[in-house]
Parts: sequence; structure tokens; C-alpha cells
Amino acid sequence: MTGEDTWPIRSSQDIVVVRQVVRMRAVELGFNLVDQTKIVTAASELARNAIDYGGGGTAHIQALHNGGRVGLQLSFEDKGPGIADIELALKDGYTTGDGLGLGLSGARRLSNEFEIQSRPGEGTRVTITRWK
Amino acid sequence: MERIPILKMNEFLLVSIQVDMHDRLAMTLQDDLTERIVRDHARGVLIDISSLEIVDSFIGRMIGNIAAMSRVLDAETVVVGMRPAVAITLVELGLSLPGVRTSLNVDKGMELLRSSMAAVGTGPDDDR
Repeated sequence: MTGEDTWPIRSSQDIVVVRQVVRMRAVELGFNLVDQTKIVTAASELARNAIDYGGGGTAHIQALHNGGRVGLQLSFEDKGPGIADIELALKDGYTTGDGLGLGLSGARRLSNEFEIQSRPGEGTRVTITRWK
Repeated sequence: MERIPILKMNEFLLVSIQVDMHDRLAMTLQDDLTERIVRDHARGVLIDISSLEIVDSFIGRMIGNIAAMSRVLDAETVVVGMRPAVAITLVELGLSLPGVRTSLNVDKGMELLRSSMAAVGTGPDDDR
């Protein structure tokens, strides 16, 4: 029993919408306030990355029910230039843009599971899961 | 155009952020606020974030920028009203808001600004 939602991320306004949808799903799944805040904040960072570095992309939002465990899985996909050095991109404070360099590393800390797939020239997909 | 209102309270300016921030709104706020600091000779800025359900690194950077710009214009910034869940998340995100002072609410923020201004006014001078 999973329902997946797909949302476009092209503008700053889309980030706001993604945040609202993630919040709604987290509330539905019974996440407490701190866990809601963490996953919504992580979603905001990754959605912004998709715009700033990937030229826009898509967010997939999926509720997980896994043998009694309830979680929320978010996946952010873009067709941008990709990340050449993932290790480096995950370092606190590292950025190729004008941000603070906390997006990826911060989103990883705010999640229980974190996966990144990226190839130069092909784009990037970041998937995070937070369990209730 | 959508704008965040800036209220004048004696020698201070109060900004209450109650909407979901997006880039253009943040840029407009920085412009408006720096202009008002100069025009109103404001000595301090209170940014009330009690309505914000999250603070991500974008908002964090905006707050840091506002504090830095205000400082250059001889005004101090105090962020007030941060929700507990937001504070927990901010620290885990890795954002410590360096150079930004915080208070629990607007009243305490105002007290902080008043006392730091008084300290500057009467503090010892080392003749440099």
C-alpha cells in the first residue's frame, strides 16, 4: 500500500509546494513535529539543489509501509550536469554555487537513509528516507 | 508585488516573517530593510520567525545576510521566536547562524537591543 506523488520543481514557488506536500504526508503518517520539520527541511534543501544545480527536476514523494515500519521516501531527480565528485559535494561547506554548502550534507544528516546517484552529463538523483 | 511589511517601533524595526519565503521575496526584504534602516535611522532590527515552520539553509543565509548588512549600517539584528523543532533541525542541518543574536520573543529581543545599545553608549573607551 504505497501511493507515489510526483511534483515538478522548476521555480522557487515549486519548492514551497513540495514542502507543503511533504509536510502533509508526514502528518498523515503520524510523524512527530520534530521529524516532520526534519524531513520538510531536507526536502527544501534537495528541491533547491535540483533547481540551482540541475536546472530543475522532479520530486517523488512516497509513503513506505514495510513490515510494520512506516516511513516517507523522497526522491529528487534532475537532468543537469551531474556531480563529478560526490564525496566532495557531500562535505559541509563545499559549494560550486553561492549557497552555504549545507544542502546535501545537511539533508543526509536529517534523514535515516540517504542515497545519491549522479553521472557527469546525465543528471543526479538523491533519495532520502525517514522512518517514523 | 508581494512584500514583507517592516514596522517601526521606536528606534527599532520589526519584521515578522509569516509567509513561506521564496527567493524574490527574500531579495525584496533585504532591499527594503537596508533602505529603511538608513531612512529611519534604526539602531536595531528584530526578525520574528515564530510563524516559520522550517528554516532551511536558504532562509539561514538570508538571515545572515540581513544581519551582516545591518551591522555595516550600524544596526544590530536579533532573531526572535524560533520554534523548538526548528532549532533542533537547524543544528542538525549544520546551520549555527554565526553572528546572529537570538531571543525567545519580541519583548526579550527588544530588551537585548536596548541593553547592548546602553552598553555601547556608556562603555569604557580605550582611546584607540
